[in-house]
Amino acid sequence: MLEHTFIDEAPEAGPAVSALKAGKPVQTAVAGPWQLMWAKFSRNKVALVAGVIILMLFLVGIFAEFLAPALPETARPQFTNAPPQELRLFTTDAEGNRHFQLHVTGYTMTVDQASLRRSYAIDDSQVVPVGFFVRGAPYKLWGQFPSDIHLIGPLSPNDTMYLMGTDKLGRDLFSRLIHGTRISMSIGLIGVTISLLLGVVLGSISGFYGGWVDLVVQRVIEVISSMPTIPLWLGLAAAIPLTWSPLTVYFVITLIVSLFGWTGLAREVRGRFFALRSEDFVTAARLDGSSERRLIFRHILPSLTSHILAVVTLALPTMIVAETALSFLGIGLKAPVVSWGVLLQDAQNVRTIANAPWLLIWPSAAVVLTVLAYNFLGDGLRDAADPYES
Amino acid sequence: MLNYVIKRLIYMIPTLFGMSLIAFMIIQLPPGDYVTSMLATMADSGQNVDPEQLEALRRSYGFDDPIWLQYWKWITGILFRGDFGYSFEWNRPVADLIWERMGSTLALSLASLLFVWAVSLPIGIYSAMRRHSVGDYGFTLLGFIGLAIPNFIMALTLMYFSYRYFGQSVGGLFSPEYVEAPWSWGKFVDLLAHLWIPIIVIGTNGTAALIRILRANLTDELSKPYVITAKAKGLPEYRAVVKYPVRIALNPFVSAIGWVLPELISGVTITAIVLNLPTAGPLLLRALISQDMYLAGSFILLMGVLTLVGMLISDILLALLDPRIRFN
Repeated sequence: MLEHTFIDEAPEAGPAVSALKAGKPVQTAVAGPWQLMWAKFSRNKVALVAGVIILMLFLVGIFAEFLAPALPETARPQFTNAPPQELRLFTTDAEGNRHFQLHVTGYTMTVDQASLRRSYAIDDSQVVPVGFFVRGAPYKLWGQFPSDIHLIGPLSPNDTMYLMGTDKLGRDLFSRLIHGTRISMSIGLIGVTISLLLGVVLGSISGFYGGWVDLVVQRVIEVISSMPTIPLWLGLAAAIPLTWSPLTVYFVITLIVSLFGWTGLAREVRGRFFALRSEDFVTAARLDGSSERRLIFRHILPSLTSHILAVVTLALPTMIVAETALSFLGIGLKAPVVSWGVLLQDAQNVRTIANAPWLLIWPSAAVVLTVLAYNFLGDGLRDAADPYES
Repeated sequence: MLNYVIKRLIYMIPTLFGMSLIAFMIIQLPPGDYVTSMLATMADSGQNVDPEQLEALRRSYGFDDPIWLQYWKWITGILFRGDFGYSFEWNRPVADLIWERMGSTLALSLASLLFVWAVSLPIGIYSAMRRHSVGDYGFTLLGFIGLAIPNFIMALTLMYFSYRYFGQSVGGLFSPEYVEAPWSWGKFVDLLAHLWIPIIVIGTNGTAALIRILRANLTDELSKPYVITAKAKGLPEYRAVVKYPVRIALNPFVSAIGWVLPELISGVTITAIVLNLPTAGPLLLRALISQDMYLAGSFILLMGVLTLVGMLISDILLALLDPRIRFN
């Protein structure tokens, strides 16, 4: 803005606007909308931490084979329901000196002769040395690259390292949880992508055209969102034939979960479309002769991207919880596949949980951590989505 | 007002129709029908199957009719005769099985709704009045955690703690000795001892959400000039807040019925399965696993209708409370 000063009775001389001063042009800082959003988002430290956690969970999922000390299906029947072994840094030798030696504590196992039940006690005197980048069970990373190097594991392959204990078949819960991360995180991501497509297409059509199209889409949304979700998911998931391959079941479950997740997104998109439809830049584009498709995809949708991103992030935890709940009830993903829900299936009743609480604690912790992180991240994104708002 | 109610009722018809379509689709979804699966079991056990008898069975259930005719028979049976079809697993009409279970589902949902209201009102008011205080942050954090823990995980956790520290088994609604007993004070206390876990589990999500909404609404309201005037003329803070702003901020409490109810019914379903409560949930899961589809479909339809009725009630209450809605 130029500043105007009016001086009464000033002589009429020369042009009204003085020429720009010669010399260096005025430096103006320019920030695009994404830069502003990032500035606003990064001020929210909680959301930033949540974002880092989500990123790490995805990395865990991507490099599951390398990060897990053991294969998820390797069972050692002599270690059923064994409690977690503690990871420690120092050992003490006979003279009482402390040495640095990464290790886990060993077990002593006793068998109750009457019930033939094994019970384990942590034995501090046993030291199981562990190390990084050890050679262990061979695997193929992403089913492609053969390797046998694990990030962490016992130095001797005969030793055990159960950081989170074992399940009733003697499988390492820590490794299974890491492999479950891959399935659970990806189900959320694929599910939300399908929801996104449905929600954006139907929401934009409904919001852009209005009229009877809008009416029909709104009715459909109302029907779907007023049905209680869990009975519906149950009804659809139970129809999956038992003979289908795990991969097909995985995709069908994803589809079921996303089929009811798109309504919130569609509502959001529709509302924004209604608001933007009469904006000047849309009118200008229309008068310029843009086609309707171009109006929707080139002009209106890009200005919604940040809002959509926020809504998607907030929709993700619902998908993950849905898969977990279905698998927990036994009509979602099934045994050879490992997801957090499949792991929780082992913690069905109080007696099992009382006997081996880690079967409930660790998978639940993973679910809760993920949901919390997504919620905080989504809240941060939503606040940052409109950087021009004070 | 009457016009408004009539309009809302008419709006419900297409939604109900859509719901019935979804429920019917779920009934039809599993491959094959009951007669084919019965044939398979009978053949497995080496029984002779009379094809003619099977054909008669199929005809009597109308399995060979075109799909729209099957839908028409099914929906008219429900609407005009209260006939929800036949449960092949229980060998009884579905209508005999569902009402008691739907009743307990409704009762548990309402009890949870009362819990949601009773807890979120004081906390919401407190959080709005003492914003950014330690208590407010504490409740906000609790709310976030409450929203993040899925129902069934919370149910399992509480079950475990109750087993570990109180030595109480928490499945079902009554201790074994009271299940068949007539109503008495002891039975009532026993019911309450069992009921707190499901109610907390089912209500937590809704409570956390409602606290957030109430806090936001009340905060907006508290900075309005009339509240400042009321305080300036010397009204005690408590009265200045409770007399008008809280009343206005209460609207979301009523409209909450509309969106909390589907969540509660959803929550009741899975929580009841985990805690083995005699509501629709466990029976629905069992029916789905054994593909007793008329029973399962009826539950799904009725749960949808229940939430729809809840929404209608919330809309009517809201219109009674707020004349702006009535006249628009």
